[in-house]
Amino acid sequence: MHHDTHENQPNQSAKPVGLTPGQDAPISMEAIRAKLAASTGREYWRGLDEIAETEDFQLWLEDEFPNRSTLLQLDRRDFLKIMGASMAMAGLVGCRNLPQDKIVPYVKQPEEMTLGKPLIFATTATINGYGRGLLVSSREGRPVKLEGNPDHPASAFPGDGLKYGSSDAITQASLLELYDPDRLQNTTRDGNIATFADFLADAQAIITAAKADAGQPIRILTETVTSPTMAAQLKAIQTANPRVKWHQYEPVGNSIRLGAKLAFGEAVNTIYHFDKADRVLALDGDFFMNLPGSVRYSREYAHHRRVNKNKSTMSRLYAVESAPTLTGANADHRLRARASDIEAIARAILAMAEGKSDPAPAGTEGFLKACFEDLKSAGANALVVVGDGQPAIVHAIGHKINSALGVVGNTVTYIAPVETVADSEDHFASLKSLVTDMAAGSVKALFIFGANPAYTAPSDVEFAKALAKVPLRARIGNSVDETAKLCNWNVPTTHFLEAWGDIRAYDGTASVVQPLIMPLYEGHSTIEVLAGIFGKPLGGLDLVRNYWKAQNLDPNFEKAWEKWLNNGVIAGTAFPVKTVAASGAIPAATPVNTGLEIIFRNDPTVGDGRHANNGWLQELPKPITKLTWDNAAIISPKMAETSGYSQGDILEISAKNKSVKAPVWVQPGHPDNSISLHFGYGRESAGHTGDGVGFNAYKIWTSESPEVMSGATIRKTGDTYRLVTTQTQWAMEGRDMVRFKSLEKWKEEKQSEPLAEEPPAEEDGVPTMFDQTKEWSPGFVQWGMSIDMTTCIGCNACAVACQSENNIPVVGKEQVANGRHMNWIRIDRYYVTEASAGHTVDDPLTLFQPVPCMHCEKAPCEPVCPVGATVHSHEGLNQMVYNRCVGTRYCSNNCPYKVRRFNFLNWANHHETPVLKLLNNPDVTVRGRGVMEKCTYCTQRLSASRIEAKNKNEEYDGSGVMTACQQACPTHAISFGNISDPKSEVSKWKAEKANYGLLSELNTTPRTTYLERVNNPNPALEKA
Amino acid sequence: MANIFHPTMNVLSRTSIVVGVALPVILLSVGSGITRSAANTKVNVPLDQPVPFSHEHHINELGIDCRYCHSTVEKSPFAGIPPTHTCMSCHSQIWTNSPLLEPIRESYATQKPIKNAENELGWNRVNKLPEFVFFNHSAHINKGVNCNQCHGAVQKMQLTYKGKPFFMSWCLSCHSDPAKYIYRNPESEAKGLSQREQIFDFYYRASKGEDFLSQREKNLANGEDYAPSGKELEEAEKLVDKYHVKVKQLQDCSICHR
Repeated sequence: MHHDTHENQPNQSAKPVGLTPGQDAPISMEAIRAKLAASTGREYWRGLDEIAETEDFQLWLEDEFPNRSTLLQLDRRDFLKIMGASMAMAGLVGCRNLPQDKIVPYVKQPEEMTLGKPLIFATTATINGYGRGLLVSSREGRPVKLEGNPDHPASAFPGDGLKYGSSDAITQASLLELYDPDRLQNTTRDGNIATFADFLADAQAIITAAKADAGQPIRILTETVTSPTMAAQLKAIQTANPRVKWHQYEPVGNSIRLGAKLAFGEAVNTIYHFDKADRVLALDGDFFMNLPGSVRYSREYAHHRRVNKNKSTMSRLYAVESAPTLTGANADHRLRARASDIEAIARAILAMAEGKSDPAPAGTEGFLKACFEDLKSAGANALVVVGDGQPAIVHAIGHKINSALGVVGNTVTYIAPVETVADSEDHFASLKSLVTDMAAGSVKALFIFGANPAYTAPSDVEFAKALAKVPLRARIGNSVDETAKLCNWNVPTTHFLEAWGDIRAYDGTASVVQPLIMPLYEGHSTIEVLAGIFGKPLGGLDLVRNYWKAQNLDPNFEKAWEKWLNNGVIAGTAFPVKTVAASGAIPAATPVNTGLEIIFRNDPTVGDGRHANNGWLQELPKPITKLTWDNAAIISPKMAETSGYSQGDILEISAKNKSVKAPVWVQPGHPDNSISLHFGYGRESAGHTGDGVGFNAYKIWTSESPEVMSGATIRKTGDTYRLVTTQTQWAMEGRDMVRFKSLEKWKEEKQSEPLAEEPPAEEDGVPTMFDQTKEWSPGFVQWGMSIDMTTCIGCNACAVACQSENNIPVVGKEQVANGRHMNWIRIDRYYVTEASAGHTVDDPLTLFQPVPCMHCEKAPCEPVCPVGATVHSHEGLNQMVYNRCVGTRYCSNNCPYKVRRFNFLNWANHHETPVLKLLNNPDVTVRGRGVMEKCTYCTQRLSASRIEAKNKNEEYDGSGVMTACQQACPTHAISFGNISDPKSEVSKWKAEKANYGLLSELNTTPRTTYLERVNNPNPALEKA
Repeated sequence: MANIFHPTMNVLSRTSIVVGVALPVILLSVGSGITRSAANTKVNVPLDQPVPFSHEHHINELGIDCRYCHSTVEKSPFAGIPPTHTCMSCHSQIWTNSPLLEPIRESYATQKPIKNAENELGWNRVNKLPEFVFFNHSAHINKGVNCNQCHGAVQKMQLTYKGKPFFMSWCLSCHSDPAKYIYRNPESEAKGLSQREQIFDFYYRASKGEDFLSQREKNLANGEDYAPSGKELEEAEKLVDKYHVKVKQLQDCSICHR
């Protein structure tokens, strides 16, 4: 059972000093409300325990070293003994004979390779079946860093003029999955190592034998397929052999396909154009994270949203949503609604758009009317987006609204489906027909490519049970997961960085998947395995080339092929715009469920569970809850109050004779009488990282109501569980951290000249002791960063990019709880409550603030270091010298921004898993135990660019270099460069009126500054 | 009352005072001596290699340019170690039966990297920096810092050994005052060679005999330091400026430690 994981957790009852607050003592919602009600102005806070000022939180805040070890409680004598011994031992550390290093040269060095320098190749990542263009740095044959490809439509927006491609957290983290030590390494039959040839022979024998049978005894099960080569293969296989049937299953995304079919009578894909959308309404949809085009959409959105000296117009975003997402957090107006009420809301808007009347749910009329008027006023530049958390019917209504608003062809276009459909757009139907046939015993062989239905199938589809009746069960996958364990043949597949392939992006643009490295293990790509089983074995390169040669796109194929590989895109393959009419009839309204509802969603970091063994994603705080290493039953503060559930209480949620135990997480902004559960956890066979983490929400999920379920019952078990969140860690104690204002106010202020940062000087005639002189060394590049909080959507891409670039280790749940999270850039999430504007603890505003090292010109960390391990460079970097650091942690204690991270343990010890060494960036030191570290502004990249300029004997001007966080950011919210050059972008950002420094009243003169968040509220909705 | 201490105690106490003062001094000097000795630094200690490669023969006698084998020294942090194919570009024609070259031929035949008699792959690394030091060959070569400045008299090494101790203080001697080490050679300059190309011209000129070299270059050819005159320093300061070397920045920690 999944819930033993809860019982195995230590520290259930004891309350050690200095542990993350929030889980042990129940929080009184009443007290919180009273406190917020008493406040007249804006209140900024990060967690409920902060505002409730729980004892735990106060302890955490006041503890001088909240992340110290709690294991040792020493008296003075023991302390002295240990210190003495440590001193004696420390001296001996240097006395050892280092092993003789070897240099192993190539026999024949590959062309173009310059040892010591990265080689960059264009390829394409496969994220949930869709392509995202990448430029991958390879070091001596190892791929070590992924960046977006500026020429690829899913990674960049040509209209914003930026010269780089972006990515997201999952794409960045997909690199770690290449080096995952838990990958399947050999072909196995019944758990014993076998050869790939044996597998092919076995498979072909059963296929040949099946020719005599009736029906379709040979089955193939895949996930979403957008690869043209693979689609052509599957089609050819089924044509040539009528005994073969292909099924398809992906747990989330069904409603999008079915909704389009409902509205248009045929399957189409929807493409949004956020660069033209002046007024956007998102109906329970997170277009920043969940769509195949999300990175592109974020770029478009940010480009349209950004305001500066030369552009004072911005889009306005309305969100009507249930479970809080990034879209709701970024919306100018967010209407909290139960997921089951959103259909009625969508119907009301459609009625308004069509000039009919359909009453909106009580309490939403004002919002919807104002919102609709605003959408209407935008003409063709309005846009309605429906999310995958809503059923097909709402999607169909959404299409009709867009059609009625007249925005189709401008902010919305339609194309033919990019995915190749197996037997039905409805993946549940496809899976169910497979399961029915398997249970009936009419399936002789099943080849499962990648999908993991034994884990992800709805509870009413008994896949695992039916699978046992299939004689040949082959799984072609990357690990021995829940499905693979039930199969007799297991064939390792390749990572997208290991094998040739092709894939289409959200708009249909095809690109070649170019391998960066030979398969680390005995992996074969999907297309190679398909060719091996059903045709004649052929390498992936030949398969892809043969397909594209046959397409006759260019008379000179070889030249075109070279170009496709070089650019990472096959030009001209985007699908043409399709004209469709939203003429389908909308079915009658679904009866509104007023009882408890359960919302099911993919997890924002580990997705549907496929990334569960990815340590970077497990440890990455979820964008909204800031939970790490867990999912939870997320409920609203009001529900917590009325039902008496508090943070960490384990609930038993039962539906249709199935039940799951889940810990409670109280989430401001969540609708009442509603619980949201995230998939992706409770894996039993994910690997060392993902096993037994969280609970499995699929256990109570059904195919009848995949998005929102009613009729569930909950019971408080009385047990509690420690959820670990970073939301209150590194708290900067109630100071003026995040600033935001309305567009109107911003425009007013813009008239005046930019204010210089106010010096904290001469209070009451007492002269300041702060030295006000700028400490810029003349003649040097001066590095600085500016972060635009208006466009930052809080997506975490920067945090994972930084982890990948800078060899940042994963520390595990227990250590995160101890406050030893290592990420160099954290994204602080603030709630804002302001009673007068209608923002209460139930409906707070949400703001994000990425916090890297500030590189203060007068850095408080520097004078307190007893060994000079942190000092300033002439380029204004606050340098951290690992080899000098002795680990006193005074610097961290003295850092007002809490951006310094300490290696309490030897996280980077890869002796047991040498494959993880391949992951490291060779330009960055791998830090050992006892060393402080922090954001360096990617000093290795700065050095590389400086040396490049100097090798050409040029004066270095600091142009053309990007930090890893900046390069990953899908909204260009980070600008970095030479602030002594007034023409650099970062200087221009810093010259904006909205520019401010964090805690600049301390006179640290931070080099990282922020642009205030500007919101664009609708005056009609502003509370008096 | 009897003496508490026997008179011999006087000797003992005096000795212990002397020893107490002297012992730490002795220990420190011995320790520091060991640290600086070849036993620790491995300076001038040739290492066993799969093939007893002679830099002296290849540079001085045959006149092969450094960059023929260390092909990335001008453009990459890493100077480059020649792949087997580079060795075989000559040794498929000459010394084809030499038993010393057997590991090279074997590598070429088997397409596996070079091995020594104990079947260990690769060459023994002679010049090693700690992992937290990020040295960049190209940055130094492009500013005209000669190979011998750090590697000793390479063109005279019959077996390769480490030429300098690679202490941080030694690095800083140049990083604090590069003018002491940067120079130009008028003869090379007359051929139109840049500061980078002058480095490799030096080996060509040195191969003709030391009589043609200036005192500074004679020292360089022998891997010895040179104390430039005031006038030479003055000229070097100009070169430092011309090469865009920012002396202050050379001592920033992040220049070498990342």
